[in-house]
Amino acid sequence: MRTLREWLDRLLGTLRTRRADADLEAELQSHLAFAAAAAAAAGAGSGKPQAAAVTQAMDAVRDRRGLPWLHALSADVVFGWRQLVSRPVVSVAAILSLGLAIGATSAVFRLVDAVLLRPLPVAAPDRLAFAVTWYLDAQQRLDYYDSWDYPTYRRYVALVGDRSDLLLVGSSSLAEVTPRGALQPERVNKQYYSGNVFGVFGLQPAVGRLFGPTDDLTPGGHPVVVLAFDYWQRRFGGDPQVVGTPLRFGGQILEVIGVAPEGFTGTEPGRAADLFVPALMNVEPLDKPGWGWFRLWIRPRDGVTVTSVEQLLQADQLREQREALALLPPDAPPQRIAAIKSRRVELQPAGAGASAPQKDFRRPLVVLASLVGVMLLIACVNVANLQNAQALARRREMALRVSIGAGRWRLVRLMLVESALLAMCAAAVGTAFAWWAAPFVVSQLSTADDPIRLALGLDWRSLAFGLGLIAGVTALFGTLPALRASAVTPIDALKSGGRVTGHRRLTHGLIGAQTAFCVFVVFIAVLLVATFARLATYPLGFRPERVLVVEADAPPSPEGPGRWAAAVEAVRAMPGVESVALAGWPLLRGNRWRADVRAEGQPPQPDPAYFLRVSPQFFATMQLPLLAGRDIRAGETAAEIDAQTRPRDGVAVVNESFAKAYFDGRSPVGERVSVEVRPRIRATVEIVGLVGDAVYATLRDPIRPTLYVPARQTGTAALLVRTAGDPEAFAPTLRRALGQARPDAHIRLIATQTELINRQLLRERLLAKLSGFVAVVALLLSAIGLYGVLHHAVILQQRPIGIRMALGASAGHVVRTVTGSLLAAVAVGSGIGLGGGVLFGRILEDLLFRVSTTDLTSLVAPLVVLAVAAVVAALPPALRAVRIDPARTLRAE
Amino acid sequence: MPNGEGAKAEVLQGTLDLMVLQTLDTLGAQHGYAIAARLEQVSSGAIQLNMGTLYPGLMRLEQRGLVKGAWGTTDANRKARFYVLTAAGRRELAKEREAWDRMAGIMNALLRGA
Repeated sequence: MRTLREWLDRLLGTLRTRRADADLEAELQSHLAFAAAAAAAAGAGSGKPQAAAVTQAMDAVRDRRGLPWLHALSADVVFGWRQLVSRPVVSVAAILSLGLAIGATSAVFRLVDAVLLRPLPVAAPDRLAFAVTWYLDAQQRLDYYDSWDYPTYRRYVALVGDRSDLLLVGSSSLAEVTPRGALQPERVNKQYYSGNVFGVFGLQPAVGRLFGPTDDLTPGGHPVVVLAFDYWQRRFGGDPQVVGTPLRFGGQILEVIGVAPEGFTGTEPGRAADLFVPALMNVEPLDKPGWGWFRLWIRPRDGVTVTSVEQLLQADQLREQREALALLPPDAPPQRIAAIKSRRVELQPAGAGASAPQKDFRRPLVVLASLVGVMLLIACVNVANLQNAQALARRREMALRVSIGAGRWRLVRLMLVESALLAMCAAAVGTAFAWWAAPFVVSQLSTADDPIRLALGLDWRSLAFGLGLIAGVTALFGTLPALRASAVTPIDALKSGGRVTGHRRLTHGLIGAQTAFCVFVVFIAVLLVATFARLATYPLGFRPERVLVVEADAPPSPEGPGRWAAAVEAVRAMPGVESVALAGWPLLRGNRWRADVRAEGQPPQPDPAYFLRVSPQFFATMQLPLLAGRDIRAGETAAEIDAQTRPRDGVAVVNESFAKAYFDGRSPVGERVSVEVRPRIRATVEIVGLVGDAVYATLRDPIRPTLYVPARQTGTAALLVRTAGDPEAFAPTLRRALGQARPDAHIRLIATQTELINRQLLRERLLAKLSGFVAVVALLLSAIGLYGVLHHAVILQQRPIGIRMALGASAGHVVRTVTGSLLAAVAVGSGIGLGGGVLFGRILEDLLFRVSTTDLTSLVAPLVVLAVAAVVAALPPALRAVRIDPARTLRAE
Repeated sequence: MPNGEGAKAEVLQGTLDLMVLQTLDTLGAQHGYAIAARLEQVSSGAIQLNMGTLYPGLMRLEQRGLVKGAWGTTDANRKARFYVLTAAGRRELAKEREAWDRMAGIMNALLRGA
């Protein structure tokens, strides 16, 4: 404490009383004058050499005046900078490679922080949790869903009582809004909140008021909306008069009552919200069990733990399980029982928000962060090698410093200051790179109807990370060379041509480590790129080119049959249309509909079959080959339950997998199967046709037995249009035509089928691209590193090599001497890197597709790539070694 | 000057500060040479401060805000830099003096004592 105080005093004193040398000297001279006068008075002569006394005292006072180490440090900085400038090529190469790595690391940190880590700007974020249900999916893998229906919410509110606040936090959804005076509707992100959300979050309005519990009492009775701060600024220029303005959403008109505080962008990282609406304004799903449209957030009251609330919900979940099990038919397959029994409620921390991008990109971001971190290590090793070589070249300088009395710490500091300067220059380059890279990655993840919006602001978190990175990087690449350089003994270094001990061990270790990192990165990149390649070339079973997809809602009114059919006919008549069909939803949209199917005399299948509603011409439009039987005909219906809850029979076209699973590969045309249309209620389906296998919900799902059943004429539907020309150019025309044919319909999405497929590959494409990029950089850096070290080794060993050649050593022998032990380090490093890659691959498994970490190809590919890089890097130094002229080398010394 | 060299070596940093503060407190504003002369006189020549010890010490005290220096003229009309105690310096002196007394008491009791 005392030392700290004194240090502060000195620092303050330095600033407070900066006395000039002249002033100090004047004071000392006056002292001498007094002393001389006193001596004269006493009759004695002057005893001391006075000039020396003044100089000595001046030094002592000067030391006292400032902070000596500060002066020394600034001298080191100037000296270090001169060192960097004196070898511009090496410095620039080091700064660029390190800068690239630092930039990539900071960019990934900004993403990870924005998506996964940053706490919401609300009261006590660490006390918030959201409920998820774990279950076994069709592939028997544990997964969770976090979307809930309103009847369950009501039940839970009653169940939990006053132990905890239960918040209904609507899943952010795109809505089309028309502000007053606007001609075109615009797309915004809307979140429904229950009335208690703003209160529990402790938020205060920027303008007007936020809605509270009294604004969320009657279904459809509170036509109000709160704007997000950003949207208010963007759309209304921050006008406080916005309160009271009506906003039109399709048929609904909501009145703006206030603006949420700055910085609050909703609860979903990656999906910044624009508007908040009371939950009870979403009237349609309020009484529909199984219609999930929000997340269930929980904040326990004081003294109540999250775990105790979780237990309450889990108890209710168990009761539901018993009910579901009781409804199962007695011969239900064990997988279905296991799937029901696997359900478990868990409360997960919600302090950093909860969103689909968070769930989807958590693992890819972790992978990306690891790869980029390893790339940074490679860059550090490279610079460490460079610094090491520099230290070696400067041995004489260091020895000289030691012999005139510099301590070891002084030398270490000298080298570390130089390294820190290098790291700071690299960080400046890196910041510029990250500035561009982070938004670029975000833009790669967005699609027109699913934009990813992230708050990527530069705040103290990224600043702290950046500073920590500089310090860490400096320590990583600067410490070893600094320690080595400072360990000189004057005699050793001043001797000309003295042997360099210890240097090779360090270099070999560094090269080995670098190789391990490089092989690791290349291995992971090979896996990810192969995954993307396999998914992108996966046989779909249909032809997606030139197909335009329109998803539309129509109000659920009994318009009578033929409404969608009429729209289909209208579109079919348009020029440029080859064929048109309807479907419940497009293929590869991620939606699934499953139900239990039985064939007479066959054992029950373990898994339910997939269903898709389609109209006549669907197979022709998608060019899904009809193998036997016929297409669905107009007027045919699906097996379902009618208005009086009586089962009604129907027809279906099935795929090959269905024929294999239910009829041992025989043609099933003309056969009948029974379908469970409601729990324990079955209807009969007549199979009229057989089509080829095609993918259904996602590319990764294995192809399953599928029944295509006749489409409905009301409600939501997807219109599939095969165009003669460019489908994208046709989109606006189609939108207009549909608007005339069915003015009551609301178009949710117009996209090409190819776009839907690409959207499925978004994550894989991004991972493949970025990991490929990181791998190329890693290879480049490693090759440069290897080249540099070999090149340096040849120069150092010029004399011994020259002697050997003079004694008749062969070229091969020389090359082996120079490269042998280094290549051994490379080999060992490769093995370690590969091992690390295989271990890491386990984490990756979910992200891979038909690629295994233990495939021979995935194992060999990185080694081949590295071997090529190593040879390319080793060739020029080896040639140089062979071309050494013994006579000239020996004469040179 | 008996034991002169030995005594000089034992001028510890803390005691030098205390001695300088006490001198300034007793005599009021003084220049460096006068302070050194006074200490030499009081100690009967046992304490002789050279410039390399005295002036860094004064500078340290000034940096800590305990004394304040300013140029002035002596009675003999010679220019010199005079040091005076600041309020903080007076407080520090009282504190140090008390600490010294306590320490001396303890040492006394220990060395002579029961």
